Amino acid sequence: MLQMKTHYPDAHRVEPVNRHTLAVVVDNEPGVLARIAGLFSGRGYNIESLTVTETEHEAHISRITIVTTGTDSIIQQIKSQLERLVPVHRVVDLTLTGEAVERELCLVKVVGKGDHRVEAMRLASAFGARTLDATLTSFVYELTGTTDEVERFIKLMMAVGLVEVSRTGVAAMARGAEGIM
Amino acid sequence: MSETMTGAEMVIRALQDQGVEHVFGYPGGAVLPIYDALFHQDKVRHVLVRHEQGAVHAAEGYARASGKPGVVLVTSGPGATNAITGLADAMMDSIPLVCITGQVPTHLIGSDAFQECDTVGITRHCTKHNYLVKSIEDLPRILHEAFYVAQNGRPGPVVVDLPKDIQFKAGSYVRPLSNQHKTYRPTVKGDMDHIRAAIELMANAKRPVFYTGGGVINSGPHASALLRELVQLTGFPITSTLMGLGAYPASDRQWLGMLGMHGTYEANLAMHECDVMINIGARFDDRITGRLDAFSPFSKRIHVDIDPSSINKTVKVDIPIVGDCAHVLEDMVRLWRQGAKQADKVDLQEWWSKIEGWRARNCLAFKNSKETIKPQYAIQRLYELTKDRSPYITTEVGQHQMWAAQYFKFEDPNHWMTSGGHGTMGYGLPAAVGAQLAHPNSLVIDIAGEASIQMMLQEMSTALQYNLPVKVFILNNEYMGMVRQWQELLHGGRYSQSYSESLPDFVKLAEAYGAVGIRCDDPSDLDARIMEMISVNRPVIFDCIVDKTENCFPMIPSGKAHNEMLLNDYLGETGADIGSVIDEKGKMLV
Ligand SMILES: Cc1cc2nc3c(=O)[nH]c(=O)nc-3n(C[C@H](O)[C@H](O)[C@H](O)COP(=O)(O)OP(=O)(O)OC[C@H]3O[C@@H](n4cnc5c(N)ncnc54)[C@H](O)[C@@H]3O)c2cc1C
Ligand SMILES: Cc1ncc(C[n+]2csc(CCOP(=O)(O)OP(=O)(O)O)c2C)c(N)n1
Ligand SMILES: [Mg+2]
Repeated sequence: MLQMKTHYPDAHRVEPVNRHTLAVVVDNEPGVLARIAGLFSGRGYNIESLTVTETEHEAHISRITIVTTGTDSIIQQIKSQLERLVPVHRVVDLTLTGEAVERELCLVKVVGKGDHRVEAMRLASAFGARTLDATLTSFVYELTGTTDEVERFIKLMMAVGLVEVSRTGVAAMARGAEGIM
Repeated sequence: MSETMTGAEMVIRALQDQGVEHVFGYPGGAVLPIYDALFHQDKVRHVLVRHEQGAVHAAEGYARASGKPGVVLVTSGPGATNAITGLADAMMDSIPLVCITGQVPTHLIGSDAFQECDTVGITRHCTKHNYLVKSIEDLPRILHEAFYVAQNGRPGPVVVDLPKDIQFKAGSYVRPLSNQHKTYRPTVKGDMDHIRAAIELMANAKRPVFYTGGGVINSGPHASALLRELVQLTGFPITSTLMGLGAYPASDRQWLGMLGMHGTYEANLAMHECDVMINIGARFDDRITGRLDAFSPFSKRIHVDIDPSSINKTVKVDIPIVGDCAHVLEDMVRLWRQGAKQADKVDLQEWWSKIEGWRARNCLAFKNSKETIKPQYAIQRLYELTKDRSPYITTEVGQHQMWAAQYFKFEDPNHWMTSGGHGTMGYGLPAAVGAQLAHPNSLVIDIAGEASIQMMLQEMSTALQYNLPVKVFILNNEYMGMVRQWQELLHGGRYSQSYSESLPDFVKLAEAYGAVGIRCDDPSDLDARIMEMISVNRPVIFDCIVDKTENCFPMIPSGKAHNEMLLNDYLGETGADIGSVIDEKGKMLV
């Protein structure tokens, strides 16, 4: 009973795991997000980040950006599985179509006095964060950047009194003249 | 050309417009308006089942036997949840169904109203697609879309959840002119470059094998005809999955029998040793592949499948062809003929003589008895005595199902209905009811186990009500035989809860339902009793008392490769210990 093994792939081939950003264009019908999220949880895929909003109001089209990790074959499965959902128009793997631009927005609240407060202000300006709110003891900053930048910012802010973080997750788009629609 | 009518009337009208002849259902508060609309017409015939799971299995049997989508109508709450097992079954086996469920009125959704459940939430993972209808304007489109989605691409069950207030609302009904769906457009035509590459690979094969599956049946009788043509043109051997039986005639010399866990020696060894595998409409299920790292180690693989997610899911293939079997087979036949292709005759001859060597092991041989009926013998006799009538066979799940697959020979598609992917005990009887409705004058037999049959037995009453002369042929071994077999393999023969205790008297039970009961425990009497069964034009329960200890062979134990198969004679005369063949690792894999 010690060797817990399953019947399914990973047993015989260890493939490297990669991070992929997928743009999924869907009909904005009720339940579509549940279908996508349920596909990931039901089949055991990872979601690092998922963002969704209507992008074409008239046509009821939404764009979902999903950052996921997996081996090449899992990523291929994820795309095939997404594509066979009825309300899905298109799935584009932005990681494969070339360097996509990826941004996320985060809001950060820091609380502190004295040196901490001064240091928080310095860091914020070094990162180009915007100050959205300030009191005598607190700031709310907004930073837009890559996931890496956002994470570095948050990590540094921890040392100077970070109390709350809110992040949007990744929005992404391929570079160049071509649109995916 | 729009007409004003209520939502309930639209449901019936859409069914009529779709050419639906039978609806399998069970009434309740949330679908009463639809039942009322049914009452006012006679084009769509309602078949009243005795349990909603039975309705779905009956619709599955009907769909598989007729090639048309099956239609189900059930109420909200318990009606919908009772249907779940059937929907999951249809999902796994790619059966086209449209299931209409009643729902509480829209203003009560989410309030824990009487018989409310989140039907679209619950069925999301066991349907191909589902809809909650929120306005009468959407209803005509959704109803027709449901039929489109159920049948096109990889078939599957579609649920339309219809709140009661919308059934009462009036709106305008139009039948959509175009079948085109705005997002769902599966590829049916295969990529010609890939098909050409496949033909090249096949023409250069030394040890080829066709491995075909349920996709060929899904694709329709034309696909089976083309498959036969291609197999005969190439001269290659062919094996099929459990779901693919009947696509190629079992009587033909090129047919190797079923493959997989309980497949034949020759089919599995051909898969193991082949250099080119041509998968047409099969999905590399784990009952087929066994140990993935030892699966068909020498082959280049071609895979034809309409669902891109089936390709490279568990087994990597060299030439993927996304498309419908019939379309792709047509191209393959044409290209093979055009190029006057032919694999090397000497190589092929050598391959066949190897296969004939495996075939000579006669892996389905069993030791017959004069005292007790061997289950294999019972199926053999059933086959011999009914084959002239080209019967429709359904099964329950267990050893009897495997023996049916091994010893009954199928010549044509759509004659074999079994629960493969979900393995649902209780499938067979309602599926037989559905198949019989599709083919009222044909012989329909449910090959059953005494445990499975008790799961959907109430459908006998449905068979009686509609004068459906289905035959339930129970291989009664007084055990959940398949469970017992695994307990021998894995758990030292400790038969924990696998004995069929307190069995009913099936003959009396048949009579209680108003059917005919027949019992047989004597091999010499078996033929006469089977003849008696098929000669009555009424439902029959046949209690065939068989050897209680027989196990199902050949068998590839979990965690083993295709060339590590257990054969019947492995046990020797005395039926020695089979508990030692699966190691600790294999036990995890069952
Ligand atoms: C107790 C038990 C034991 C079993 N033992 C065995 C065994 O020994 N051997 C065995 O074979 N099975 C066995 N099974 C069944 C097994 O679990 C699977 O259900 C079966 O092997 C799957 O068959 P398939 O690959 O043909 O796929 P299906 O489930 O029939 O899937 C069909 C495939 O074809 C594709 N397809 C559908 N329509 C089309 C189309 N029009 N054109 C192209 N492609 C299409 C689908 O996308 C899918 O990939 C057993 C089941 C039970 C319950
Ligand atoms: C609904 C359901 N529950 C449990 C199982 C697990 N199971 C598979 S075969 C089997 C025993 C079937 O016994 P029987 O119908 O007598 O058939 P036999 O194997 O004896 O031929 C069981 C319990 C199942 N497949 N389906
Ligand atoms: Mg039994």
